[in-house]
Amino acid sequence: MADEVQVPRKKIQATDLMNEIMAAYFYDLNEAAISASRKVAWCTSVGPAELLRAMGFAVYFPENHGALLGASRMATDMIPAANAIGYSPDICSYLTSDIGAFLRKTTPLSKAYPGIQSVPKADVLVFNTNQCRDVQDWFAWYGREWGVPSIGITSPRNIGEVTEIHIDDVARQTEALIPKLEAVAGSRLDMEKLRETVRLSRECTELWNKVLATATAKPAPITFFDGTIQMGPAVVLRGTQQAVDYYRVLLAELEQRVRGGIAAVEHETARIYWEGMPVWGRLRQNSELFARLGACVLASTYCSSWVFPSLDPQDPIRSMAKAYLELFIVRTDQYKEKYLQDMIEHFAVDGIVYHDAKTCPNNSNCRYGLPQRLEAKTGIPSLVLSGDLNDMRCVSDEQTKINVEAFVEQLVEGR
Amino acid sequence: MSQRNKAVYVGLDIGSSRTKVAVIDAAGHLIGRAVKKSGTDFSSTAKVCLDAALQMADAATDDVAGALSTGYGRGNARFITEENKTEIGCLAKAGYHYFPEPITIIDIGGQDNKIVKIDGSGQRTSFKMNRKCAAGTGAFLEEMASRLDVPLEEMNGIARRSEHMIKLGSYCTVFSATEVLDNIRQGKNVADIVKGVFHSVIKRVLEMDLLTEKVVMSGGVVANNPFIVDMTAELIQRPVFVSEYPQFVGAVGAALYAREAAGH
Ligand code: SF4
Repeated sequence: MADEVQVPRKKIQATDLMNEIMAAYFYDLNEAAISASRKVAWCTSVGPAELLRAMGFAVYFPENHGALLGASRMATDMIPAANAIGYSPDICSYLTSDIGAFLRKTTPLSKAYPGIQSVPKADVLVFNTNQCRDVQDWFAWYGREWGVPSIGITSPRNIGEVTEIHIDDVARQTEALIPKLEAVAGSRLDMEKLRETVRLSRECTELWNKVLATATAKPAPITFFDGTIQMGPAVVLRGTQQAVDYYRVLLAELEQRVRGGIAAVEHETARIYWEGMPVWGRLRQNSELFARLGACVLASTYCSSWVFPSLDPQDPIRSMAKAYLELFIVRTDQYKEKYLQDMIEHFAVDGIVYHDAKTCPNNSNCRYGLPQRLEAKTGIPSLVLSGDLNDMRCVSDEQTKINVEAFVEQLVEGR
Repeated sequence: MSQRNKAVYVGLDIGSSRTKVAVIDAAGHLIGRAVKKSGTDFSSTAKVCLDAALQMADAATDDVAGALSTGYGRGNARFITEENKTEIGCLAKAGYHYFPEPITIIDIGGQDNKIVKIDGSGQRTSFKMNRKCAAGTGAFLEEMASRLDVPLEEMNGIARRSEHMIKLGSYCTVFSATEVLDNIRQGKNVADIVKGVFHSVIKRVLEMDLLTEKVVMSGGVVANNPFIVDMTAELIQRPVFVSEYPQFVGAVGAALYAREAAGH
């Protein structure tokens, strides 16, 4: 194992276009917030974004901001400010780093997009607790801070089969949001516009799924680490034409890579699945650590969480309810086990890495014996890495390195 | 190679607390060894250990037909080798060399502990390392020895004199230290507390994974405190196996890898 070898990173050419789109999105949001030309709605990452967009809101996703705080390595310095006002270091570090940054009057957006002074002030905060309770508490804090409504969907969780009863529940809660949102927006919901937004959102997620599926090729043309960057438009711009257009360009480039046999990781010797949150403050480091060992982390639950096959423009609200209930994070371990088994086969994976994120139990699927059950069933070895999404005080670089090196060594020697 | 024409293979295990060097012959016998506190200059410590181990093996640098490093400071052995493997891999290699059957190796070192499982063909099937705290490691023992004001190297003998163990309930080192202080305050027998400290180390390790039928222990803490082996055997209710020099298992594994790379 030669530690010092530099790993050339293969740039995805489409990224420049993505950066332009993301910049336009943030400047547009900023403009809406400071000029009050449009109302701003905050939305959880798998919240009812289509509804908000169709109603003309400029939609902002604070989890994306959390990821930016992590990736820019600002998060760990911000978290203590939230801890000091009673938000524990044990709860979501997106929440604590985001609120901490707000209290310290700073944001990574200012550096990335000169001219932007702060996150856009919300006129309404809209959550869906399908992923966790933390988002509700997070939005409640801003609701109190700004005196704006924090409303949303309290979703069933730990669901096996998604039934009509579940869908009725969430669809009715979604419908109940409409008059409240109309009051903030000052206009009525146009159903046709919602249908069109849902159609675009569906198209976006289908293309995104195809992008991810290119990693079934051997060698894989894209890594999980690339995916966490490339998913930006699927998260913040789903339901828009720009996102659809972008993924067409990206897909074409990756298909070209597959045809040319171009590998994301040179000499791909091990194919690895990542289960859990990214370690945002170590994205590059982890990407290089695996690549140096010839291990390609090529698929993940995380990146696949923005795939909503049930969205249906003919039945927008019910299909949104269904789509947001069907997500991995909302389901039972039994479902998750089957899902992961399918992913292992689909991507021809040699090993699974579970990230046990200290502050996000919701995305840490190694705490109820799942890795052991799946390993017994499939024979595919697994590794649990202790860490966190944003709080780098919970990350040990040396332990990560030894664990990953020993794991890849085990996979390769086991051939 | 010197005139004696004696091919030896060197394994350097540069751990965060101790550096161990093993010299083996072509048959895989451990013929030289040395251990020293790693200190702050890993390379020079490794060199000193190498010289001592070679001397013990009655070999010269020229006789070294292969070398490989492992451990936290494995990048600091470039004066003799560019090759390295993880300590997990090396433990497995040597574990199987000594016990060629399905085994679980429990290694307790100064800063971490590991559980490595090997199948009947010597292939590693899984491994676990402790998480980011001192629980179940030599660092925990050191902290408790200092709280009890007894020399670390006397802990083993003191534990053997205990008649009634005092169990520590917490797995946080700071909380355990408070428990220890509380017991001292209550005038409890030090030997009973020390036994409880060892018990705590083993419990932390045993809760990391299931064990196979045959269990092997290694590492510096095991080498210096054979009491821990007896206690583990009692807890798991079956014999626990230990190779001759448990502190050198990782280093021997590295030497075995070096021998393999040289075509033996
Ligand atoms: S799912 Fe986890 S990371 Fe995401 S908001 Fe909830 S607690 Fe935070």
